Amino acid sequence: MYLTLIFLGVIMATVITWLLRQTLNTQPWVSQPADDAVTGVSINTNTKTVALTVFLTVATSIFALFISAYTIRMEEPDWRPVAEPVLLWFNTAVLILASIAYHWTRNAAVSGVQGRLKPGLFVSGALTILFLVGQLVAWQQLNAAGYYVERNVANSFFYLLTAVHGLHMLGGMWVWARSTIRVWSGADADSVRLSIELCTVYWHFLLLVWIVLFGVLLST
Amino acid sequence: MAYVSIADRDHEIEHHDPETFITKYIWSQDHKVIAIQYGGLAILIGLVGMIMSSMFRLQLGFPDTFAFINPENYYQLVTIHGMIMVIYLLTALFLGGFGNYLIPLMCGSRDMVFPFMNMLSVWVYAVSVIILVVSFFVPGGATGAGWTLYPPQAISPGTPGTDWGILLMLISLAVFIVAFTMGGLNYVTTVLQARCKGMTLMRMPLSVWAIFVATILGLLAFPALLVAAIMMMLDRTLETSFFMPAILQAGEVSNYSGGSPVLFQHLFWFFGHPEVYIVALPAFGLVSDILSTHARKNIFGYRMMVWAILAIGGLSFIVWAHHMYVSGMNPYFGFFFATTTLIIAVPTAIKVYNWVLTLWQGNIHLRAPMLFAIGFIFTFTHGGLSGLFLGNVTIDLPLSDTYFVVAHFHMVMGVSPVLVVFGAIYHWYPKMTGRMYNETMAKWHFWLTFLGTYSLYLPMHYVGFLGLPRRYFSMGDTAFMPESAVTLNTSMSISALIIAATQVLFLYNIIVSLKKGEKAGPNPWKATSLEWQTPSPPKHGNWGHSLPEVHRWAYDYSVPGQEEDYIPQTVPATDVPVGRDHGVDH
Ligand code: HEM
Ligand SMILES: [Cu+2]
Repeated sequence: MYLTLIFLGVIMATVITWLLRQTLNTQPWVSQPADDAVTGVSINTNTKTVALTVFLTVATSIFALFISAYTIRMEEPDWRPVAEPVLLWFNTAVLILASIAYHWTRNAAVSGVQGRLKPGLFVSGALTILFLVGQLVAWQQLNAAGYYVERNVANSFFYLLTAVHGLHMLGGMWVWARSTIRVWSGADADSVRLSIELCTVYWHFLLLVWIVLFGVLLST
Repeated sequence: MAYVSIADRDHEIEHHDPETFITKYIWSQDHKVIAIQYGGLAILIGLVGMIMSSMFRLQLGFPDTFAFINPENYYQLVTIHGMIMVIYLLTALFLGGFGNYLIPLMCGSRDMVFPFMNMLSVWVYAVSVIILVVSFFVPGGATGAGWTLYPPQAISPGTPGTDWGILLMLISLAVFIVAFTMGGLNYVTTVLQARCKGMTLMRMPLSVWAIFVATILGLLAFPALLVAAIMMMLDRTLETSFFMPAILQAGEVSNYSGGSPVLFQHLFWFFGHPEVYIVALPAFGLVSDILSTHARKNIFGYRMMVWAILAIGGLSFIVWAHHMYVSGMNPYFGFFFATTTLIIAVPTAIKVYNWVLTLWQGNIHLRAPMLFAIGFIFTFTHGGLSGLFLGNVTIDLPLSDTYFVVAHFHMVMGVSPVLVVFGAIYHWYPKMTGRMYNETMAKWHFWLTFLGTYSLYLPMHYVGFLGLPRRYFSMGDTAFMPESAVTLNTSMSISALIIAATQVLFLYNIIVSLKKGEKAGPNPWKATSLEWQTPSPPKHGNWGHSLPEVHRWAYDYSVPGQEEDYIPQTVPATDVPVGRDHGVDH
């Protein structure tokens, strides 16, 4: 649980410090003209970005908890480490490329280069699908080598963690599909910009999560 | 009336309101309709939970009398009762119901920022409730593992509902968490980004603060339950060994090996303790606003109240292991968690003092919402005090798993928030429906419920002290239970039945008053916060063609030298009508 605690400590500390900063040095009982002029927007960005940030916190909390559970369960004597398939390195590379491709698409959308949107989205989507397929193949390799899900809890964790990560990727692909459909039916860069920007953040996030997960899996 | 309310300001507003019955009341994206859907469904399933409790109280009070209750369904009833009350009733009602209703109205927004997701949230919640209910009708019935669902017994043969019940329970929880997350993203983003002009964070009513922080707690804590539920599902279906140790099941060696049941406890309580504050904080917030309005006084120590909410929120994540003192933990851990647990009592106590000081020299109107709010102060203080007992490891060890714990958490998490729920429903009923409830009936409802719960839960502490363990179908003949304690058990059951019957008054009142109640007008309580400055019930879009502007906090009651004893948040400093007795301090 230490990991989760540290993570939560950081989140709560950030949230509480931020909120406290808004509340110190105020005298709410005095009707101050300066306050009358305040707009009701606390963070200088759009609502979708705020919502994504909150969602990423929730997702991080899920992964942190899984990793905590992993490290606690690992202590038991019946733990037999998994020999991770080499394929995972390849998958990691693919995911990095997918992230880069998305970022490239994002840059195009931000600077309004319409022509780069289609190839950009296409390549990022294709790479992501390749990654997911790669993960499935890795599962098959493990299974073929006798690392069944229920045979040892280390195996169970391997399948579980990769599955949860994969499901998050699939969720991202849904949003990807929506922007892709819009771009193909003629939407201009400006109207899909935000959605592509947020997806890019999400892709980077999942890449980071994957690197952490992969690190944990490799090192144990 | 001295103040021109938004309600009277524009009649000419034309919003493209939803047209058909279906878009207006069923697939509605209006936060007010969604709130009532959330609340209605929560109350409905809460009634089911209440009937369940009456049934197992029958068994406890009158053992060997009722043939329709056997050990299996006793455990199922107790389990699902707990689950329903904590999650499907209180969490859904406070956040989905009151959160949805009050956040946009109190913050001066037109709606939640993502109305479509908000609508999804309520329907996904409905699905989770349906799955829960279905679990009673599958082969083997619902799970009887206790609301904490501890493995290994939750998925081992011998416990009721290990075939399908437990799976459906876990799935239903997962679905609920999805619904909650969708709602939660909305509440947080709306509070942060969609307040009206002039509504600084420190001008928000405490209800909004409390629901806001409770939502953050929920977003960070529910994942722990989700993670635990997923791993338990895999243990049950694929025979993985996350939580399941090597055990004999029905005389045979199971396929499990080495799993850690304590890991489940950590995950569960890592969710479970913040969860109690997810329920308690909104109650704190609503009660603060009710007290201040009906005492015609500003809330005592507003800033302190906000900081206490934040402190409780933060601390509630580092006390979870006080539920696990008997699980064999390292004494230093026990020491750590006892310390944090006792520290959390400090901000909690601050809140209680501030409520009491708000009443001090107030112009108290003992209407039904106020009665419920004051009743809450009593029950919550009692529950908090027994919590201090349990927070100390040495005192907890003998008391753990006795009825003392049951009494503690019912005082603090059963009775107290439910009193607030009733108070808040009466308080905002005129706003939601445009009509008044019946005051006399509501007062009867209060006194019967309040005194009834005391006669139920005070003796329960005592039988807990005697050592009566919780979660037993029947005690049989035990040496340590004197005859008098058995009689007490019967009397507690009778109280429980009376309380349950009393709730008919409440239902009758809110249903009949829909048609028969007096017309309420926009602001029957002369309250200051924004929702009262708009028509009752508020229209689609809440505010007509222009959003309100806020010029003050929500607690300007009985400001000296003013004609009226309240100043709505929308009134600028220059426009406050001055009374004839200007300058006279009263
Ligand atoms: C002053 C603050 C409080 C302290 C020190 C405290 C302490 C404790 C302790 C130590 C236990 C574990 C008892 C045992 O199992 O042996 C417990 C159980 C419980 N408390 Fe509290 N508590 C406090 C406030 C609250 C509040 C505000 C709520 C809810 C709104 C709450 C809800 C519960 C519940 C639901 C359980 C029992 C769960 C179960 O075992 O089924 N407590 N409390
Ligand atoms: Cu607790």
